[in-house]
Amino acid sequence: MDTYQETIFRLKHYWAGRGAVIQEPYDLEVGAGTMAPETFLRVLGPKPYRVAYVQPSRRPADGRYGENPNRLYKHQQLQVILKPAPDDVIDQYLGSLEAIGIDLKKHDLKLEEDNWESPTLGAWGVGWQVMLDGMEITQFTYFQQCGGFDLDLVPAEITYGLERIVAFLQGVESVYEIEWAPGVKYGDVRLAEELQFSVYNFEMANVDRLWRLLGEHEAECKELLAGYPKYPEKHRFPVLAAYDQVLKCSHLFNLLDSRGAISVTERVGVIKRVRDLAVGTARVYMDQQIPAREAAA
Amino acid sequence: MSLDFLLEIGTEEIPHWMIPGVLAQLTKLDLLGEAPAVDATPRRLVVRALRVPERTPDREEIIKGPPVVAGERAAAGFAKKQGVDPGEVKATGNYYEVRKRIAGRSTIEILADTLPAAILAIEWPKTMYWIGGKSGPRFIRPIRWIVALLGDEVIPFEVAGVKSGNLTRGHRVLGSASIPVTTSNYESELKKNCVILSSEQRRQKIQTEASALGAKIDPDLLETLTFITEYPAAIRGDFDPSYLELPSEVLTTVMRHHQKYFAVESAPGVLAPHFVAVMNTSGDPDGLVKKGNERVLRARFNDARFFWDVDQQKKLADRVEDLAHVTFQAKLGSYLEKTNRVVELVEELGGNEHAQRAALLAKTDLTTEMVKEFTDLQGIVGGLYAKAQGEPEPVWRAIYEHYKPLSMEDSIPSTREGQIVALADKLDTLRGCFAIGLVPTGSKDPFALRRAAQGVVKILAEARLSYLLDQLVPVELREFLLERIQHYFREVRGYKYDEVNAVLAAGVSTLADVEDRLAALAAIRPTENFEPLAASCKRIRNILKQAEFQANGAAVQPDLLEPGPERDLADRLAALVLENEDDYSQRLLKIASFRPAVDKFFDKVLVNAPDPNVRTNRLTLLSKLFAEFSTIADFSEIVTSGDSK
Repeated sequence: MDTYQETIFRLKHYWAGRGAVIQEPYDLEVGAGTMAPETFLRVLGPKPYRVAYVQPSRRPADGRYGENPNRLYKHQQLQVILKPAPDDVIDQYLGSLEAIGIDLKKHDLKLEEDNWESPTLGAWGVGWQVMLDGMEITQFTYFQQCGGFDLDLVPAEITYGLERIVAFLQGVESVYEIEWAPGVKYGDVRLAEELQFSVYNFEMANVDRLWRLLGEHEAECKELLAGYPKYPEKHRFPVLAAYDQVLKCSHLFNLLDSRGAISVTERVGVIKRVRDLAVGTARVYMDQQIPAREAAA
Repeated sequence: MSLDFLLEIGTEEIPHWMIPGVLAQLTKLDLLGEAPAVDATPRRLVVRALRVPERTPDREEIIKGPPVVAGERAAAGFAKKQGVDPGEVKATGNYYEVRKRIAGRSTIEILADTLPAAILAIEWPKTMYWIGGKSGPRFIRPIRWIVALLGDEVIPFEVAGVKSGNLTRGHRVLGSASIPVTTSNYESELKKNCVILSSEQRRQKIQTEASALGAKIDPDLLETLTFITEYPAAIRGDFDPSYLELPSEVLTTVMRHHQKYFAVESAPGVLAPHFVAVMNTSGDPDGLVKKGNERVLRARFNDARFFWDVDQQKKLADRVEDLAHVTFQAKLGSYLEKTNRVVELVEELGGNEHAQRAALLAKTDLTTEMVKEFTDLQGIVGGLYAKAQGEPEPVWRAIYEHYKPLSMEDSIPSTREGQIVALADKLDTLRGCFAIGLVPTGSKDPFALRRAAQGVVKILAEARLSYLLDQLVPVELREFLLERIQHYFREVRGYKYDEVNAVLAAGVSTLADVEDRLAALAAIRPTENFEPLAASCKRIRNILKQAEFQANGAAVQPDLLEPGPERDLADRLAALVLENEDDYSQRLLKIASFRPAVDKFFDKVLVNAPDPNVRTNRLTLLSKLFAEFSTIADFSEIVTSGDSK
């Protein structure tokens, strides 16, 4: 039986063998692997790209103080982007399941419709949740739009829920019982984090300061984006830094939400603020890609 | 000669709920007059036809040339232009003409030309693009292979970058990924590769196997599973009987809606600690699938138990204020505001203290973990919690049932308290949305206002509630509700559309009254006097309309009445008014018995009398008669055999 880390190694190895760049997790807080620039920005424009990375994903409102066996404040996704999606993409995906020791002939596999939409990212796609013996193990999405742009090359996004898959493979009832490394359990590695961040997110995060920070990061992003049209050497323009500010805002929004600090009337407005930043960043990123687009045309 | 035709569009997994609609479209595919047979699995849409003609028949085309009087030179020019030998130009009548033989086309060519567009013309509720950017081909999911055969030959074409051929694919895991087929062995080759093409056979297989394992067959779920599998097989799993302490509504929802399992009952209405899952594979020799499904269900049930326990820590009554944080609709405010409005409305409607209490608590379950997880259990969870927290039965039952009826087939709440709360909740939604202009248009009805209105109608009619329609709904809602009332009495209760129109045209007080009048009208309709009288009513209406007669409340002046049919009719009318019969059937019988008197009146009396006073008096008589007849139904709306409709 493979450990948690062994399963991750196998998946990375499998996708590396199919031309994917193996990236490391993005080093800012994100709610999902999709938000990391390796997905959000890379799917834009005409350049083919293949990448795989583990992305710890923070969802403050999902925290349960480490008491619920299946729910986590921070879970880990293995995110694969294949841009454009190859014709045999599903077969390749099924191969990855075999690679982590799932004998598909002995299990029940179904692809059930599940479309994806993120209003904050101006993004949507169609796809499935992959069900193995009645459990959702993967989200599979063909992106159609991102940052408000129709995509030139339709990528396939494959998102593995690592804790779920490994708990299934190891036959344990609680994620905390997963053997992460030989003799080391998931709970040994992460339980304290789940507990402490639940306390912080739900009880202690300073709401006023979070609002101020949200405003600061928003201002930084806006100021950057506003400078782009007059910026002389476009390729030097730090659109990637502007996108970091979007991620900061998104995470602060999630934190405020878990503190119950966002009223119903405010909610729609704050989502729009973050989307405006995300869409504005995508626009600048796309503009920067013009030379590449012209080369591709 | 004729040939068999086979088209298989191979795709990635199509959402199950779209397949039946698309099959209906494919039966209309034009294959030179042959009605095709269609079928599908999640990964393939299949169209087959037997005995398609090999070619379209040859035909002759006559091309008319110059007139004969134009001479031989013109004929030669015509021959040259048509590219034929001058000897083939014949003079027929006054003109030269050429007869050309047009060879028929081979069907294979025609199909090769038309199929690509026909495939992409299939309409889907939602489509995607996957090659060629946004301007590329659109389909429900990527097309990965095409089998197109006519007889032994491949119909050659390309669609969405895929070339047609004779290679199909089997089951994703159990079958081969490249299987040569012919029109005759196609289905059996698929079977060998673990694909049951026939959706009917899959349905039967699921039903038979699941029933044998004790499943309670849910027809909607059966349909879903039929179109989510290519090779279905049912297995039974178990769960710890201690979970049966959870309400069966919660257990069933988890099994059916989240896991697509059939529930198993030990007696009608009593859940047994088992479930039946339908796999998309041949079997479960090592028991791994059973074990995996049991594990998932256990986690789900554990969640439900956890939600139940957590939710009990704060009573529903203490959650009312929390509704301030749950949006009902941006402009209509929070659920707390809605709750306050509904409580007030329940009071206005004369709801007792139980109904008012139920209205206060009805939406509080929206703040519970259980409803956040299982949204389709809203209302039901509230009812169950209220019961567990010691609310009296009329209160918890009203909460439990206040979303009813969920459809036209669903029953209305079983208690008066529940009926009033359900009515008030739906009315509030309707009034609020209409007030801010959220009116359903065409297929767009995001707040399900039609369903809410239908619920209002069904509750008012079937509970025979005594509220006057005009007191319940503001003017802007009246028309919308009237449409639903018509729909209800026609489609659900089976009255004829003209009967419904006639009764509604006579005014609407309560829906119970509408129903009584309809019943009386439908009962009297087959009797001999009725339709002729309805025809006379139409005549009266037309006469009054043509005369532009405005009833001003003046009485019929007896001294102006001519003895005979006119006076008779006036006397009968006066008697009818005096009788004031309140049984609709009796009254209708009496009205119908006017027929000979009305007929005689029209036979013998000239309405358009020369003396204007007499004329006005006659019109007054007719308008009084019409008004009196129309208290139950406007008979002029009844379609009679003489109508052209």
